[in-house]
Amino acid sequence: MSEIVLELKELHTHFFTDNGEIPAANGVSIKVHKGEVVGIVGESGSGKSVTSLSIMQLIPSPPGRIVSGEINFKGENLVRSSEKRMKKLRGNEISMIFQEPMTSLNPLFTIGNQLIEAIRIHQKITKKESRQKAIKMLKLVGIPRADAIVDEYPHQLSGGMRQRVMIAMAMSCDPELLIADEPTTALDVTIQAQILDLMRNLNKKENTAILLITHDLGVVAEICDRVVVMYAGQVVEQGTTREILKNPQHPYSQGLIKSLPKIHEREQKLYSIPGIVPKPKTGGIGCNFAPRCEFAFERCFHEAPELYSLEDNRKSRCFLHDNNEGEVKKHAKSDIES
Amino acid sequence: MQNPILKVEGLKKYYDIKGGPLGIKVGEVKAVDDVSFSVMEGEILGIVGESGCGKSTTGKSILRLVEPTEGKVVFNDKDITNLNNNEMRKLRRDMQIIFQDPYASLNPRHTVEKIIGEPLLVHGMKSAKERIERIRELLEVVGLSPYHAKRYPHQFSGGQRQRIGIARALANNPKLVICDEPVSALDVSIQSQILNLMEKLKDEFNLTYIFIAHDLSVVKHISDRIGVMYLGRMVELTNKDSLYDNPKHPYTQALLSAVPLPDPDLRRDRIILKGDVPSPANPPSGCAFHTRCPYASDICKEVRPEFKSVEDNHFVACHLYG
Ligand SMILES: Nc1ncnc2c1ncn2[C@@H]1O[C@H](COP(=O)(O)OP(=O)(O)O)[C@@H](O)[C@H]1O
Ligand SMILES: Nc1ncnc2c1ncn2[C@@H]1O[C@H](COP(=O)(O)OP(=O)(O)O)[C@@H](O)[C@H]1O
Ligand code: SF4
Ligand SMILES: [Mg+2]
Ligand SMILES: [Mg+2]
Repeated sequence: MSEIVLELKELHTHFFTDNGEIPAANGVSIKVHKGEVVGIVGESGSGKSVTSLSIMQLIPSPPGRIVSGEINFKGENLVRSSEKRMKKLRGNEISMIFQEPMTSLNPLFTIGNQLIEAIRIHQKITKKESRQKAIKMLKLVGIPRADAIVDEYPHQLSGGMRQRVMIAMAMSCDPELLIADEPTTALDVTIQAQILDLMRNLNKKENTAILLITHDLGVVAEICDRVVVMYAGQVVEQGTTREILKNPQHPYSQGLIKSLPKIHEREQKLYSIPGIVPKPKTGGIGCNFAPRCEFAFERCFHEAPELYSLEDNRKSRCFLHDNNEGEVKKHAKSDIES
Repeated sequence: MQNPILKVEGLKKYYDIKGGPLGIKVGEVKAVDDVSFSVMEGEILGIVGESGCGKSTTGKSILRLVEPTEGKVVFNDKDITNLNNNEMRKLRRDMQIIFQDPYASLNPRHTVEKIIGEPLLVHGMKSAKERIERIRELLEVVGLSPYHAKRYPHQFSGGQRQRIGIARALANNPKLVICDEPVSALDVSIQSQILNLMEKLKDEFNLTYIFIAHDLSVVKHISDRIGVMYLGRMVELTNKDSLYDNPKHPYTQALLSAVPLPDPDLRRDRIILKGDVPSPANPPSGCAFHTRCPYASDICKEVRPEFKSVEDNHFVACHLYG
């Protein structure tokens, strides 16, 4: 496979609060190759945003801190990089778009001003030329009346328009890596389809690697090559999109996929995972998913499973993959199939 | 299932837009603009559409939590449009609403017991002992434990809070429950728990639901019939299988094609609509969808298409089916 753009190794980002230490990213390892689209999925509080903010070195501190681990971006460990260096990387080689674009657009400047600034950091062209370029970028991301919108302020635009502006900004600096944290979650489906289309184009045309964070498995199926499933601060499964969606190995991923109402099927009753979505916590013993897992056995409550490597570069954090658990495994298999 | 429990006829709700220091009316938002449909006893009628298309306003107008600007709401053969407050209060025993964000609709300073007990008291259950018994029963019905009665809303997760909202809505044995995006804020694994619960309760207590959502898979799963709204209007209404297998309105077609499906083998031709939804303060002339419709012709810009039956139980508002 092609060269690795980003590699997280055993990332631990913890929050130190009055209620104790929260291991929001609890030993997260993820690789993103050049031109690849990798999805991080998981329910709320599973550590997706903390992982992406850690990469950008934007964890609010206090209360948060990267406790250990490495974040290698093209061979450079960002955990060790200075703020000055990060400022250079952000919005340059690594771009980020958020769920609510308003938080990353400056309300006091026009769309044009912000775009022009971004363009001029990267290209030595005149103000006038960069304004023309800004308008061109806005047209490229499907903004109507681009020559008027360029002089408008962020609040004058709809959510979908603002997200397109963010993508235009991200594209204007031709980043190596785009981190998109729930970029379409606040948008309606017809607008979401437009934005996903833009991201796909960016990936195909510029070969930009994308780390896409979402809770929507439909969005994953649309544009991701590979998927990482997170649960309570840990990666519980990873594999290609097709493998994860068609043949999930971890009981949590299995449950999640079975819980979805399917538009093309007529199911009577939905499958549901019992219990509530947990917050990452320290001091727990055993598998984080054990209290909700229908396959959990004795060992799951005493010992934490490692991320087992399976065939085809797949990984799953579950004792059912331990070769010494042959009997249990047979059980689990027949349960799934029945 | 053939008796309509609810008939909505020509419902309109325009909100005034006020401006200037004197708060003079400068325009109106046509949140709901001439919508008609009926709901059969015992069915689940889904209403879908993108944000701002008027789903919540439709729900609230039916309960008269907002006053309709025009049109008629008939519940159990009784025109309720002109009932006074007192009569309306009595009727709300039979018609309840559940909101998306249960947290916002549960008083944070009240215990669960008080929250669920309140509607019981309002509708005349004077004995505290009886109320406590009923609250215990309701908590059990929605999958909570009696000891939860003494707790406060913030001590619960999102899914559990939605269960409390449901228990409160069911307190007085309503007939019709309007569910306004009840699972939209929940995680997938919790969403399926609540959907299953709502289906179970519907059967157990012979309820009728109007189920409002923007997630088309969720609506498909739970509904019998589905209405699609766009910019304050209902553009298509039919049973769920016809809607998904044979969508007629160009907007419905685009909407369905835009839903990302969690199955890598289902590749479809996507209809990507251009632009944004226009403002309901200034909706396009003729068919409100004509500015984004791939099939729009001259008549679409001028004449509002009638919402009419084009096949058995399949209603569409589109000139293509003139
Ligand atoms: N500023 C903060 N202070 C304390 N805890 C935090 C903070 N931000 C995040 N966390 C903790 O980290 C966990 C993961 O959060 P996050 O990464 O935002 O989840 P998500 O997967 O929904 O994006 C949360 O459960 C929360 O407990
Ligand atoms: N109280 C209100 N005052 C003014 N406008 C409103 C009010 N409530 C809703 N609207 C407007 O009416 C339209 C329909 O809103 P709503 O019924 O909430 O849509 P939906 O539930 O489909 O998202 C929107 O444009 C919204 O901004
Ligand atoms: S009436 Fe015309 S504009 Fe409206 S949906 Fe039908 S074809 Fe499109
Ligand atoms: Mg997040
Ligand atoms: Mg609403």
